[in-house]
Amino acid sequence: MAVTISIPTALRQYTANNASMSLEADTVGNLLHGLIELHPDLGQHLFEEQGKLRSFVNVYVGDEDIRYLDGLDTPLKDGELVSIIPAIAGGQG
Amino acid sequence: MAMLNNAEISRYSRHLILPEFGMEGQRKLKQGSVLLIGTGGLGSPLALYLAAAGVGHIGLVDFDVVDESNLQRQIVHGTSTIGIAKTESAKRRLHDLNPHIEITTYETQITAANALDLMRPYDVIVDGTDNFPTRYLTNDAAVMLGKPNVYGSIFRFEGQVTVFHPAAGGPCYRCLYPAPPPPGLVPSCAEGGVLGVLPGIVGTMQATEVIKLITGIGETLIGRLVLYDALSMRFRELKLRRNPDCPVCGNNPTITELIDYEAFCGIMPTQSKTQEKAMNTPFEITPKEVAMLLEQPNRPFILDVRNQYEAEIATLPVTDKLIPVDELHRRINELDPQVEMIVYCRSGGRSARAVEMLRAAGFTKIKNMVGGTLRWADEVDQTMAKY
Repeated sequence: MAVTISIPTALRQYTANNASMSLEADTVGNLLHGLIELHPDLGQHLFEEQGKLRSFVNVYVGDEDIRYLDGLDTPLKDGELVSIIPAIAGGQG
Repeated sequence: MAMLNNAEISRYSRHLILPEFGMEGQRKLKQGSVLLIGTGGLGSPLALYLAAAGVGHIGLVDFDVVDESNLQRQIVHGTSTIGIAKTESAKRRLHDLNPHIEITTYETQITAANALDLMRPYDVIVDGTDNFPTRYLTNDAAVMLGKPNVYGSIFRFEGQVTVFHPAAGGPCYRCLYPAPPPPGLVPSCAEGGVLGVLPGIVGTMQATEVIKLITGIGETLIGRLVLYDALSMRFRELKLRRNPDCPVCGNNPTITELIDYEAFCGIMPTQSKTQEKAMNTPFEITPKEVAMLLEQPNRPFILDVRNQYEAEIATLPVTDKLIPVDELHRRINELDPQVEMIVYCRSGGRSARAVEMLRAAGFTKIKNMVGGTLRWADEVDQTMAKY
């Protein structure tokens, strides 16, 4: 199952500046781990040491938050768009 | 309902002839009030458009003064107001733009102690701040007062906009992000840079939402997060849901009064503003002391943990190696733990993290140059460029 994962600006420095990538995966969890295998520096920014997704990183399949689907077990369909949306705080300075 | 005089009628005529807007919409704007938290990148277009549109009362909260490096994006300020308070600078410009509105300035930092009192008189709250503690504080206070919080945030080329309004059935910021990143993991605009027009786009979208909330026209962004990517010029929309277990806006809230937001965001009191206090630790050194060491025959090894493109802007007279802080953990073997080493960056934040990481890896002869190249430019070499 080939899906596209979109990488936010804040994390592109860990993916050799790739804004999006096409990967084979059947669940969101497998997709993220596949991504981290290719770009190990990304790991600590997505997951806590216990393997839980960090609380300031949201993952969407299409326009839906995986917290309201099946979390990391959310199944992926061919051609689906998965987005990593981290908290960003800039605005004033 | 507020009445419009003839001068106001001619000023707002392009609103008045919009059938969806008309006299009623304009009067609602005149009757309406908005508190802008932050008068910087997002606050600039917000303040300008809301003042021009005729929002009757605009409150401005900011404790900062206008700096030359702000003017690349903070268009409410100008060269003539460099060095004066941002609230005062903005007020002058807004009064010139529209003398028919009331502007109240609060030259202060919003805190858990004053947030509720600052927000209470206003219909709509706008979050245009630049740090996580203030964003959580703004969120919690707005939820507790039942007011809509028009949220925008930016990073480099990317922006997020939505309206948090649990009182109208929508989610709050904590439903979206229950907890902030630990300090240092996500770079700030000062560290990461920002495209100057980006806050213009995002702040203008926020201003649009404020006008819709006050006038009641159209469909607001409650429950929807708009993402904007300036590089690809793409807009996307994601669904936001209210979390029934949210500690602030959920069914059984556990946070019912404002808390210590610096602590919530993992910022230690000594770390935030009183950098000097930590100076007595053996792992820190001032730029002046570094300058003296560099003149001795056995000078220490100098490590720059910034990015290469920053080194091209300004650099110490001697740098032995550049390893960006994010690459340090896998390039530690390029460094010798036996040599005296000084680590630096732009302002001292990244180098402090680097020193911590190296100490954990067994390096003992390392020191962080406090204040980075910015302080070096102030205290050692005034000809060095500050960025």
